[in-house]
Amino acid sequence: METTELTVNGKRHELEADSRVTLLDALRNHLGLTGTKKGCDHGQCGACTVIVEGRRINSCLTLACMHDGDEITTIEGLGEPGNLSDLQAAFVAHDGFQCGYCTPGQICSATAMIEEAKAGWPSFVSDDLAGPDALSDEEISERMSGNLCRCAAYPNIVNAIRQVAGGKS
Amino acid sequence: MKPFSYARANDRADATSQAADDATFIAGGTNLLDLMKLEVMAPDRLVDINRLDLDAISETEDGGLRIGALVSNSDCAAHVRVRQVYPVLSRAILAGASGQLRNKATTGGNLCQRTRCYYFYDTAMPCNKREPGSGCQALQGFNRIHAILGASDSCIATYPGDMAVAMTALDAAVEIESAAGEVRLVPVRDFHRLPGDHPEKDNILEAGDLITAVILPPPVKGRQIYRKVRDRASYAFALCSMAAVVEMDGDRIASAALAFGGLAHKPWRDEAVEALLVGEKPSAALFGRAADQLLAEARGYGSNDFKIALTRRVLIAVLTEATQEGAAA
Repeated sequence: METTELTVNGKRHELEADSRVTLLDALRNHLGLTGTKKGCDHGQCGACTVIVEGRRINSCLTLACMHDGDEITTIEGLGEPGNLSDLQAAFVAHDGFQCGYCTPGQICSATAMIEEAKAGWPSFVSDDLAGPDALSDEEISERMSGNLCRCAAYPNIVNAIRQVAGGKS
Repeated sequence: MKPFSYARANDRADATSQAADDATFIAGGTNLLDLMKLEVMAPDRLVDINRLDLDAISETEDGGLRIGALVSNSDCAAHVRVRQVYPVLSRAILAGASGQLRNKATTGGNLCQRTRCYYFYDTAMPCNKREPGSGCQALQGFNRIHAILGASDSCIATYPGDMAVAMTALDAAVEIESAAGEVRLVPVRDFHRLPGDHPEKDNILEAGDLITAVILPPPVKGRQIYRKVRDRASYAFALCSMAAVVEMDGDRIASAALAFGGLAHKPWRDEAVEALLVGEKPSAALFGRAADQLLAEARGYGSNDFKIALTRRVLIAVLTEATQEGAAA
């Protein structure tokens, strides 16, 4: 058993768990934060995306015990009914989902992705490695390629993200 | 996942001594944990090296860059000097994986990632890389993603990464610290092995060896291009990729450093191809001869036969782009 201190959405938790417990399973099964979803459990679908120390990662591909002392933000920490984050509200306004299973991962991923773009990070589709001036739909799609939506709500997901990122279509 | 013990390394000596005693390093873990869940890999002991002081990018005395082994792929690709002076490296890293994975994956870990051969991943199948001596199912099986160069009767798996392909073209070197505390530099092009009779060994690391950095030589002249061909537009491994650093002198090719991904058990570099180009005027005939040279020993295994024609076209397209007039220096 490993003892790990995690700060999740501003609240400190002491976790006592087997070394095999992933951060995803710690959040869902040990801390009861079931907003973060398990899709493929192999880092291919992005449903488990959370923000650790300001960076989006796949919580299924990291062990909870590797994150002793880390600050973690999950979908529950971004907003809640009556107090939605801008992206959460935009996903509702643009109907950016159908079944909703991938949505927490989409929103956590997009939240951190917008910060990456603001920091000037280029992407595979950026013509200039200095980074894009604004997030085109092509840029949004490329930067969100780690989040799959089996309902294929992609057009509306891009619309929602574009509204918040202030990009050009 | 099979049970394992977990320990955090306090310093490099602690890390290497534990690894010499049969423990496995974990850094980003994005490939290792995937393989542990499938029980393709089942280490008894994990040593977490994430807290070691190896996460900085700094300039070397000769004007190159030292990229710490724990620098994330995201940070390396976004580093201002990498973007400005080694754009082929930024482009290669950005061509791989997803934003989430690049945030976690490290420079050292990326070099050590395992093949994505389907049979290596499927523990119900024989695989000489996973279980030496059990056979190779890919030889007569589905081998669309497999090697056309440097393979053996034991293994036709490919090294799947992009980053190391660019580093190979840039003549970068891997800095390795042994359990005895000795530090050595190994060119990235010599880091990975060909499979031969021992495909279980991906690279030249010995027990206890810790990758501490990748060293990029001083800036090189010429145009840098990374081209990747894959089965979908994003977030897929290369069927064929090519990193090129090509310098022109007037209307002739002054130098060419070319490395290929997705074709072999290691990033592929063929100096005979480069020698054939140097001093020559770019032409379709010249590039065709370069492709002939590169692919002289190429062999398909059925589903991957197309890679031979594909690689020829990638080589010609990239060299055409790299040598066209007005190409930025």
